Amino acid sequence: MALGSDTQGTAPRPSFWNDPNKRSIIYQGIVVLIFVGLAAYFVNNTADNLEQRGIASGLSFLSAPAGFDVGMSPFLTYDASTATHGTVLIVGILNTLLVAITGIVLATIIGFIFGVLRLSPNWIVSKLCYWYIEILRNIPLLLQLLFWYFAVLGTLPSKRDSISLFDLFFLNIEGMFGPLPVPQDGFWMIGLGLVIAIAAIIVIKNWARKRQDETGQIFPVFWTSLALLIIIPFIAAAIAGFPLEFEHPQKNRFGLRGGMIILPEFAALVLGLSLYTSAFIAEIVRSGILAVSHGQSEAAYALGLRPGLTMRLVVIPQALRVIVPPLTSQYLNLTKNSSLAVAIGGAEIVAIFAGTSLNQAGQAIEIIAITMAFYLTVSLLISLFMNWYNNKIALVER
Amino acid sequence: MTDNSFVRTESHPDLPPPVRHTGIIRWMRQNLFSSWFNTFLTISSLYLLYRIVPPFLEWAIFSADLSGSTYQDCTSGGACWAMVRVRFDQFMYGFFPTTERWRVDIGFLLLFATAIPLMIDGIPGKKYLAIFVFAIYPFVAFLLFHGGFGLEIVDTAQWGGLMLTLVLATVTIVVSLPLGILFALGRRSEMPIIRMICIGFIELWRGVPLITVLFMGSVMLPLFLPPGTNFDKILRTLIVMALFAAAYMAEVVRGGLQAIPKGQYEAAQAMGLSYWKTMGLIILPQALKIVIPGIVNTFIALFKDTTLVLVIGLLDFLSIIQSATTHKNWLGTSTEGYVFAAAVYWIFCFSMSRYSIRLERKLDTGHRN
Repeated sequence: MALGSDTQGTAPRPSFWNDPNKRSIIYQGIVVLIFVGLAAYFVNNTADNLEQRGIASGLSFLSAPAGFDVGMSPFLTYDASTATHGTVLIVGILNTLLVAITGIVLATIIGFIFGVLRLSPNWIVSKLCYWYIEILRNIPLLLQLLFWYFAVLGTLPSKRDSISLFDLFFLNIEGMFGPLPVPQDGFWMIGLGLVIAIAAIIVIKNWARKRQDETGQIFPVFWTSLALLIIIPFIAAAIAGFPLEFEHPQKNRFGLRGGMIILPEFAALVLGLSLYTSAFIAEIVRSGILAVSHGQSEAAYALGLRPGLTMRLVVIPQALRVIVPPLTSQYLNLTKNSSLAVAIGGAEIVAIFAGTSLNQAGQAIEIIAITMAFYLTVSLLISLFMNWYNNKIALVER
Repeated sequence: MTDNSFVRTESHPDLPPPVRHTGIIRWMRQNLFSSWFNTFLTISSLYLLYRIVPPFLEWAIFSADLSGSTYQDCTSGGACWAMVRVRFDQFMYGFFPTTERWRVDIGFLLLFATAIPLMIDGIPGKKYLAIFVFAIYPFVAFLLFHGGFGLEIVDTAQWGGLMLTLVLATVTIVVSLPLGILFALGRRSEMPIIRMICIGFIELWRGVPLITVLFMGSVMLPLFLPPGTNFDKILRTLIVMALFAAAYMAEVVRGGLQAIPKGQYEAAQAMGLSYWKTMGLIILPQALKIVIPGIVNTFIALFKDTTLVLVIGLLDFLSIIQSATTHKNWLGTSTEGYVFAAAVYWIFCFSMSRYSIRLERKLDTGHRN
């Protein structure tokens, strides 16, 4: 505090009650006392309650058998007869991450498209985008999820007469079925090809930049990279004898089995989340682009840059600085909103762990605490990553 | 000089511009068909509109059924609005006793009559209105909705529908605003312990989804209290929602506090004002004015989030519509129910967001710092 009295020897010492330092210590002491008192009160009550209701505490329930089916477990074989609550937790976490990542990617793509189209000089397109944004972001997400799940996906045909696309994809009330790629022996060759391609691209990019610095000639890096990215893995696959087979869904008496399946709960959740968030992202992108002053693109044109290059080298890097911080909070929102799967019977952490497991094991405190800790960790990780990205693109000032 | 010579003595009136450069044609050329890509966009948008709007209008208006008492009575193939019509009172009041519903009407009329003038410019006596809305109205409303003092007691289990949604949203915002201000001040405090507690609180609540918070309210909160205490489910929900909203409100208010130039703090200190006087008389009046749009946006988000109480079994507006569409008489009307709910939520949220945008424009004086 600048008011500190020791800096000026002549100033009179304030009385004990008016000394800001002493006051602050007293206030903080009181707050700590209240805080500790409340915490002790809650802990004490909780212990009493748990004892009265005969609920054991601790994390041992994680290894107790769960005995229910989770519906969806793409990364882990889940067997209802042997699974424990710990398995349920892991499946829940993986599914949440899958929903969040798919949702974030889709929402970003849709949001950027609508944000750019919203600024289109075309009156009809711009108005359409305006109404898309205003309708989607002013209707509660839960309502949208219920709508997609019950009113749209719920009207798909029964499993007897599923809609078929080229006899490869089937769509019915149980989900969307498609061929599942199954890697065979020698699949690693394709991976190796991919790694070689990426290494080659990095080398070419550095070489092209160096050459442009020295001679001013521009090398078509993008198209070369694309070609390399396709050709090298393809050659590798040809050498290994195309080590990839597809498992097609088979029709039997109970409907379709095997292959890749996208459950309607997952589809409704991803669709609802990404459309809802895309409306917010579109507004963020629009304001980000508008925040770049018109003079910037005019100056770029005056220097002779083509419109594509102007956009890529001048407008977008500046717009990103405005876009990234609010975009981060939208990503966080999307991740947290994936918990709404509980309302449509999805299979992510809140639905199966904080829902079904909690009902079965009854250990509310541990389960809710673990769920909250998971979300806090994810929030923190996304924030850290986006802060790093934000720092990377931030304006470097002298 | 011949007779047929002609010397113009006045200028010829301006010719009108070519047809292609005026009026609607010019507008269309500039806005819709300026390039082949734009033409393509225009045509595909028109086609999209053609595929969406007429079928929707046909379904929702022209071939809709308004009367009937079960889904089977809706025979015309369009929307079955009969469901909404039959259940309308329930959607509005939940299971509030029919004879007491005037109390809900009066309660909300009073709220709208006092809160809407607050938003309009140039209405005198706003200070008293604000004091009424934030300090007196909650008690009046509690009396009206719950009963007491001669009014019949209505158990909160009977609350539902739009009324419950509005109660949840309003109470949460009224409680969370002062709490949020306190946490925002705490976060900017110079006392390290208070600052740490406030940061911890804010970040904890902001890092978790509302659903886990609601679960916490319904299963964990009872465990925290002495054995045997059993208190109202709606009250529990209100407590956790208010704490949740307070964390978001605190960040909004902090934004306003940071926007106030340091000179204002220093000037107040130089005048010898105490901390609370500095805040109450100098800083907060300026900071809160800047963040009104942010507060409105938080309120919109909160209003939409009240639908989440469906998960813990409260019958709010969305939840009661959802249960009506699964009743055996009305199976098959889920689209109608969701469209109706969406329209109501949309009207509320859209008008509030328009208000917030208007405020932002009004407060944005074009100065940067």
